[in-house]
Amino acid sequence: MIPLLINGQSHALDADPQMPLLWALRDELGLTGTKFGCGIAACGACTVEVDGAAVRSCVMPVGSLAGKAIRTIEGAPDRTVAALQAAWVQHQTPQCGYCQSGMILAAAALLRQKPRPSDADIDAAITNLCRCGTYQRIRAAIHSAAQALQGSRA
Amino acid sequence: MNTPSTSAQPALSRRGFLLAGAAAGGGLLVGCGGTNPSTRIGQGSDFSPTGKQVALNAWVKITPDDRVIVAVPRSEMGQGVHTGLAMLVADELDARWDQVQVEAAPIARIYSNTALLLNVSPFLPDDEGLLARLTRATLQNAGYALALQVTGGSSSLRDAWEPLRLAGAAARQQLLQAAALQLKLPVSELTLRDGVVQARAGGTPLRLGELAQAAAQLPAPRELRLKPAAERRLIGQPLPRTDVPAKVNGQAVFGLDVRPPGLVYAAITHCPVFGGALKTLDPAPALALPGVLQAFALGTQAVVVVARNSWLAQQGLLRLAPVWDEGPNAQLQSEGISARLRQAFDQEEGTRFRHEGDAEQVLAQAKTRLEAEYEVPFLAHAAMEPVNCTAQVKGGRVTVWCGSQAPSLARMKAAEVAGVDSEQVTFHVPFLGGGFGRRLESDMVEEAVAIALRTEGAPVKLTWSREEDLQHDMYRPAAVSRFSATLDTQGRPLAWRHRVAAPSIGLDTMRRLMPRLALDSPDKNHIEGAFDLPYAIPHLEVRQLRVATPVPVGSWRSVGHSYNAFFTECFLDELAHAARQDPLAYRLALLERHPRHRAVLQAAAELGNWGQPAPAGRARGLALHESFGALCAQVAEVSLEGGRVRVHRVACALDCGTVVNPDSVDAQLQSAIVYGLSAALMGEITLKNGRVEQSNFPSYDALRLADMPVIRTRLMPSDAPPGGVGEPGTPPIAPAVANALFALTGQRLRRLPLRPQA
Repeated sequence: MIPLLINGQSHALDADPQMPLLWALRDELGLTGTKFGCGIAACGACTVEVDGAAVRSCVMPVGSLAGKAIRTIEGAPDRTVAALQAAWVQHQTPQCGYCQSGMILAAAALLRQKPRPSDADIDAAITNLCRCGTYQRIRAAIHSAAQALQGSRA
Repeated sequence: MNTPSTSAQPALSRRGFLLAGAAAGGGLLVGCGGTNPSTRIGQGSDFSPTGKQVALNAWVKITPDDRVIVAVPRSEMGQGVHTGLAMLVADELDARWDQVQVEAAPIARIYSNTALLLNVSPFLPDDEGLLARLTRATLQNAGYALALQVTGGSSSLRDAWEPLRLAGAAARQQLLQAAALQLKLPVSELTLRDGVVQARAGGTPLRLGELAQAAAQLPAPRELRLKPAAERRLIGQPLPRTDVPAKVNGQAVFGLDVRPPGLVYAAITHCPVFGGALKTLDPAPALALPGVLQAFALGTQAVVVVARNSWLAQQGLLRLAPVWDEGPNAQLQSEGISARLRQAFDQEEGTRFRHEGDAEQVLAQAKTRLEAEYEVPFLAHAAMEPVNCTAQVKGGRVTVWCGSQAPSLARMKAAEVAGVDSEQVTFHVPFLGGGFGRRLESDMVEEAVAIALRTEGAPVKLTWSREEDLQHDMYRPAAVSRFSATLDTQGRPLAWRHRVAAPSIGLDTMRRLMPRLALDSPDKNHIEGAFDLPYAIPHLEVRQLRVATPVPVGSWRSVGHSYNAFFTECFLDELAHAARQDPLAYRLALLERHPRHRAVLQAAAELGNWGQPAPAGRARGLALHESFGALCAQVAEVSLEGGRVRVHRVACALDCGTVVNPDSVDAQLQSAIVYGLSAALMGEITLKNGRVEQSNFPSYDALRLADMPVIRTRLMPSDAPPGGVGEPGTPPIAPAVANALFALTGQRLRRLPLRPQA
């Protein structure tokens, strides 16, 4: 049994420790908000937060995650994620939407490190792929969320 | 095929086309009413009302708590179609936007897309002659006769524009009549606004939910009046999309996310060589893995492992070593396909799609000719959601869950595979994680149903790996194009001869869909955007060379326009430079009879600062292209950074007629530009020994955020009916960037992807 802490809830998973977190989330735990895109950490559709850092779950063996806090898009949003989700709606960012869970969590990890990211910070941090081409609105939404968080802090 | 025709119009292609159209329509081309919008309002029973819902017609249900539910028979893949369709109904109904919901429509003829097949009309877009109009009407009827419930070809709003507004207007009138009966007042004394009926003289307002039951008992109104544009309250507004909230919190259900009870999971690998077949398979190594349930050959083209979860299925597949007979294409290379396309120019004249004046004669006598050859590669669709389908076969009934762009066709295929009638197939369409044309195909549905026939009633989710998705696509065709032109004394094009060699998308699509009707006949999609050139050129000839290759081809966002815009807009740019004229002024002078083209080109030029000096190290290029009933012009500003093309800004103007949701149109233009730019800068599927060489995003990458240009869009004001929006932004970007690179370096790149020489 592999103990996992996902969105504040403890789970005991009966699986091969080599099984990537992505498939444990989707097939075993029914958390389908985390998406499969490439299976080799090349697209970021499967991005989740592990202890506040953006991690590509399709190459992360479940056996390596004991004792770590995992956040998926289904988790109760903290203020950072909530601000990003609100900004995403405000800018009508998603198109097909398939990559957006990963985008939002990659952006969350960025804002935790850099509360007021520059364009260059966003370029460097958001390497996820979006085939609908929502990048311009993603950039605008991250700036909006950063601004909103700054405002609510003051 | 040689064309004996000497007329100024493509008589043979037209005839061949009409024949194909008639065949496709199954002879049911007359009197089916598919193009009469008022007959498309349908009956309330079409929209399967449940519980206390009241359906007023096929498009509108009203609940006791005043929600207005609109039927959406088109697939939502991010283009905002659910929102756009609902806006048409809600505007005429005068509902409040916050009371409007959407619900997937069942598969039924009433929900046919009658605009889809307009995309195969071989006439010039502005041809209003009898034959052109008759052909378009026939194509609309064919869409209805075939009950095409298909999302593609930028056709959804074009199809829905009249019937959905009429459905909203009909519902409104019935609700008003019900209120009039209840209040014993004439309808003229009542208003319906913001979802509430009110007597002009005052009194308690009536809610839609209170009136729905009585309204549904009334006969459908015989005369309907649609609002003049000035009275519209929702159409034209940048309304928020209905699907966005669920797409920011993980709740949106895509095809890959469905989880019916008892679900098992399948992984698949296909024969790596096109045209090969399975020789032998030993399933034992996979079956030895705990959690693997089954391993078997699926016909001769694929091997499948079914397991308790997706990962175990993939692990099982990795343990198998199927032996493939590589067949006749085992030595096929990309160079061989290029050579085959080039050979066609020497072997045949091809089918003539446009013939004005006598280009051949004028060119033969010309003192100087400009000649050029262009080429584009195969492209994969690479939607973010890999190809997948979930299916269950139980008790003679089939249930399919698939993010399909063509559920009516996919259902037919599911029934064929399961050996049941289509009525025995329930087909659910969750959200699509990108479509781009790939999900017009039904291969994944056929496979999933075939697997489900072997899982003893358990539903099975088939998920392709990214590698399978890229290596077993129906690709955008590779194409080679040859031009010959000569200029008059003022530098304007006097003669233009253009031939395009490429596989036929139409033939390949029909081969998969209805093999008995798959004829190698003139294919408008192959040559679209090349034969319908808007520029005034006295001697103009455009020919199609259809060249078969073993690589399956299909529709890829903007279809034939995706390569023909690159060919024509780059070569026209070559002519402008040869004439030492400004590319904008050169085009404008050739568009005197096309004021809408001129306007959109000028708008893009203004937005893109054409004519003003570019920042140091950068240059601009422009392109104009008409497709799917819309005109799009773009100005790209580019530089070279260490030999790499960098696109900094794109200014884009679009004339798509009436704009239903300007925010969705802006998003679609950004999307179409990024999709086209990824292809122009990086996209290339190559073959080695009959196999696709690219396997995953590192070898088939696309634009990332750091390389995103700043895109500005301008929508032309128009009161024309809506044109397409999802695709018209894609064709102009490759030529705009290539033309900008020429302006920057003097190097004319005639092959995609664009790779400047150091």
